[in-house]
Amino acid sequence: MPRLGSARSPVKCSAKALVLAAALVSSANAQELRPYQIVGDAIPQSLTGAKGDAARGRAIVVNRQVGLCLLCHSGPFPEDRLQGNLSPDLTGTGARWTEGQLRLRMVDASKLNPATIMPPYYRTRDLTNVAAGFRNKPILDAAQIEDVVAFLTSLK
Amino acid sequence: MIRFFVVALLAFAAVATAQKKSGYEFSSRETQAMQDDDAANPGFLWVQQGETLWNRRDGAAGKSCADCHGEANNSVRGVAARYPVFAPEAGAVIDIEQRINRCRTEHQQAKPLAYESDDLLALTSFVGKQSRAMSIDVAIDARARSTFERGKTLFEQRQGQINLSCSQCHDDNWGKQLAGSPIPQAHPTGYPAYRLEWQTLGSLRRRLRNCLIGMRAEAPPYESADYVALELFLMARAKGLAIDTPSVRR
Repeated sequence: MPRLGSARSPVKCSAKALVLAAALVSSANAQELRPYQIVGDAIPQSLTGAKGDAARGRAIVVNRQVGLCLLCHSGPFPEDRLQGNLSPDLTGTGARWTEGQLRLRMVDASKLNPATIMPPYYRTRDLTNVAAGFRNKPILDAAQIEDVVAFLTSLK
Repeated sequence: MIRFFVVALLAFAAVATAQKKSGYEFSSRETQAMQDDDAANPGFLWVQQGETLWNRRDGAAGKSCADCHGEANNSVRGVAARYPVFAPEAGAVIDIEQRINRCRTEHQQAKPLAYESDDLLALTSFVGKQSRAMSIDVAIDARARSTFERGKTLFEQRQGQINLSCSQCHDDNWGKQLAGSPIPQAHPTGYPAYRLEWQTLGSLRRRLRNCLIGMRAEAPPYESADYVALELFLMARAKGLAIDTPSVRR
């Protein structure tokens, strides 16, 4: 049996086994983050071993309680009038960045810029005074990160 | 050369002062108009109730605020512009709410009013209103220094699951749009304030808790000294701006 959530072994797993593994991981311990490898300024490999779903990713991005993205970013979301301008417009993100670059910027942008205001979406360590309900939980789980990465990659 | 530096420094100071903006300046015209008209400003419901409470005898001592202080527009004028202050009898920096409750327990022999209760908000707004248009000028003496430093640390530390500091929004990004609304500079000029989002009047503590909850940080209980520390730091930072209690904010 491959180690659950290892970023180095998913090629050996069938998609079915991965889905099962992901389900086991999330039911057994939601706090367990999957390991990942940074190469240059990117995380080339999917956190789940599978490609995300762009439509689900879009729904996460526009949801103010889940993705929170439009609090700071604007983008091609005509249905949402109240967008932020603290951070770059998301239009054309997929033309500016590779999938792996976007993944690292989602997972923990502070690895590239320690002063960034971009929240670390997939980090639970080195945080201060986290509210009880959010402690030891990433902002988005691995599958959600992959969905958002798939959506952002599609914004050309 | 020295002259150049002095001129440059003065120019910098002038810009820094000119850029200091009350939350009022980030409000829409409609919200400003609501605040400016005492008959339309909903905060005046609390101010009026506060005036009634000021004159009402309470507690085992059977005294009213007015029995000791007299007319509020003389006796507590300016208080909101210089609070929080170090109170030797408390051995700590206290805010106006705590001062009111110390008066209640010590002089009126009455029960302290609960945070965010209408009565405490009413008295605090009534006292605050007496300083309207006065310039904020909070003293940070040796006894208040550690509380000020605590407030500064809290303001500047990243916290919560979102991992943001107060300063990253209110120093570095004020004026930009957060979810379609301008980020103000976080000067507490007008508390208690009527917030349209709340549909009621609320304290600065409540407002600070809102930001902490947005950062997904653990908001300390209302009694926590951390709120006073933040208020002291923010009021010192707001030096020179005018008190506009009761303000109306989005």
